[in-house]
Amino acid sequence: MSLLKVNNLKVHYPIRGGFFRTVKDHVRAVDGVSFELDKGETYGLVGESGCGKTTTGRAIIGLNSVTEGEIIFEGEDLVSLKHRDRRKYIQDIQMVFQDPYSSLNSRKNVLNIIAEPLRNFERLSPTEELLRVQELVERVGLTPESIYKYPHQFSGGQRQRIGIARALTLNPKLIIADEPVSALDVSVQAQVLNFMQDIQEEFDLTYLFISHDLGIVRHMSDRLGIMHNGRLVEEGTRDDIFENAQHPYTKRLLAAIPEMEPEKRIDKKVLREEVNRLYREQHDAYYSEDGRVYDLQSLTETHSVALQGGAKQ
Amino acid sequence: MGRPVLTIQNLSTSFRIQGEYYAAVDDVHLEVRKNEVLAIVGESGSGKSALALSIMGLHNMQQTKVEGHIDFQNQNLLDLSLKQLNQIRGKEIGMIFQDPMTALNPLATIGAQIEEPMKYHMKELSKRDRKLHALELLRRVGIRNEERVYNQYPHELSGGMRQRVVIAIALACDPVLLIADEPTTALDVTIQAQIMDLMKALQSEMDSGIILITHDLGVVAEMADRVAVMYAGQIVEIAEVTKLIRNPLHPYTRSLLNSLPSHTGGKERLHVIDGVVPALQNLERSGCRFAPRIAWIPESAHHENPTLEEVEPNHFVRCTCYQHFYFPEEKEGEMNDVTT
Repeated sequence: MSLLKVNNLKVHYPIRGGFFRTVKDHVRAVDGVSFELDKGETYGLVGESGCGKTTTGRAIIGLNSVTEGEIIFEGEDLVSLKHRDRRKYIQDIQMVFQDPYSSLNSRKNVLNIIAEPLRNFERLSPTEELLRVQELVERVGLTPESIYKYPHQFSGGQRQRIGIARALTLNPKLIIADEPVSALDVSVQAQVLNFMQDIQEEFDLTYLFISHDLGIVRHMSDRLGIMHNGRLVEEGTRDDIFENAQHPYTKRLLAAIPEMEPEKRIDKKVLREEVNRLYREQHDAYYSEDGRVYDLQSLTETHSVALQGGAKQ
Repeated sequence: MGRPVLTIQNLSTSFRIQGEYYAAVDDVHLEVRKNEVLAIVGESGSGKSALALSIMGLHNMQQTKVEGHIDFQNQNLLDLSLKQLNQIRGKEIGMIFQDPMTALNPLATIGAQIEEPMKYHMKELSKRDRKLHALELLRRVGIRNEERVYNQYPHELSGGMRQRVVIAIALACDPVLLIADEPTTALDVTIQAQIMDLMKALQSEMDSGIILITHDLGVVAEMADRVAVMYAGQIVEIAEVTKLIRNPLHPYTRSLLNSLPSHTGGKERLHVIDGVVPALQNLERSGCRFAPRIAWIPESAHHENPTLEEVEPNHFVRCTCYQHFYFPEEKEGEMNDVTT
């Protein structure tokens, strides 16, 4: 059984207007997304800004209200549970946020930041709490005395590791990482990514890795889903997507990755123009009249693409 | 290869921290030639933006000391008065800033913002000519409905469109030199690709020099002709882009390239550079500045007073440590043999 199953998830925001601020229409931020995460795997959710990837992540952890659909975590539908009953499950899901500069409270020291989830969910004596926090701080590679320091005394990479330590306090099963490294320098990025892989093995974690950077997603993920306009356009293993992309939007994203070999950059530019042309030409075959992405049709056991009627090619 | 547009000699930019001056850009020599894209790469804190701001004279002069020569069109930019400098900035030298949302004035229309540099530098243009020129610029940067965009405000445009407008402003007076400070960092991947392609196309028709400042080696590989790698205020390696990507020599360049996830593709571990970029006040100013971060390289491998040496034609490297450098994860086996 899969650890997390998202079934036809929809998050719509109302647009109000007119004299009585009545609901005129909805912004369909997430419009029918389904995917499954197996235990221990890393699922990459990729897309441009505004595609609904962050909203999906936030809906799973309960930061956004869900309009429709199911979020089944270990066999229990989180959406239909009452808030109080959800607490039991929600501590197994934790989140690492994008910007380590704004996601840590600058008025709290590291001890208070990391201990906050413990105080919410577990009753520990101050000594027990201190021990737990020290253990975690050491695990993420910070010195023990740093628990009395404040966020501004750390570098970006260290702050992100504090954010990860906070996510680890309750021994979660699933971590939702929303662009965890996009605010960091390349060398620090490598450090945080390596570290995330280490703790994944050590704590047997499952990651939902949300990012717009295909290079990083390729490095981290086992399977990935590409989102556009609030829906998945393609889903598959890393090889399915990177070696055998089918949807023109996926091809367009892949073509946008900078070419690392300077000799090939002219070819890359030509390829990009070609892919963009195809994207415009084939637009009607892959998007319905009002711009909605079709439902996913499976091509192979692991690989599925959104296209009309399921006709191949 | 064209003649140099800008020559920087002995440039040092120092910031005042608690009464003392510390050099963030330390004795930099650089040359930007006509028709080339010179990329300056480095992590945050390496001094690459401080260098760009020194060229534009945008530092707060009460807190900053800029010394050396920045020769542009037979004059030293550092000797010019504010009035003389204003004749050059925006006209001969254009700048593209990182974040298009903060670089644009939210209260002025796109048209007014593109026309602003023309009002100062191209006084001979009439109001009508200015508008025509602005519309042409918008077309050149790939905006199709230029008439409409001309009357719009920045918030009505998407990130990619805004960055195109910022580029149009920088191009307004046909600059001889263009400084682009992280022009694609705030943008989505597909938009980044579009902006890179646009800048390449513009460069070939403009025939001016471009200084591209970035931390993204992917952008460098796509756009640059020559690359200067900066670390802790110094240039540690300069080479043509193919050489630098294919055959990087300095340990810092090699480490940066190895820490890129897109470089490997697989799930194997990335290289991590030990330690952090030292703060300005704590920087050890003699000897190889990268030495503390590659502690496994013996001290004898470093040059006492490293300078940029031309090791191959047009390939400059600082310090001798590159000859002895290896990645610890690569040579672990061999190391054990030596110790036993």
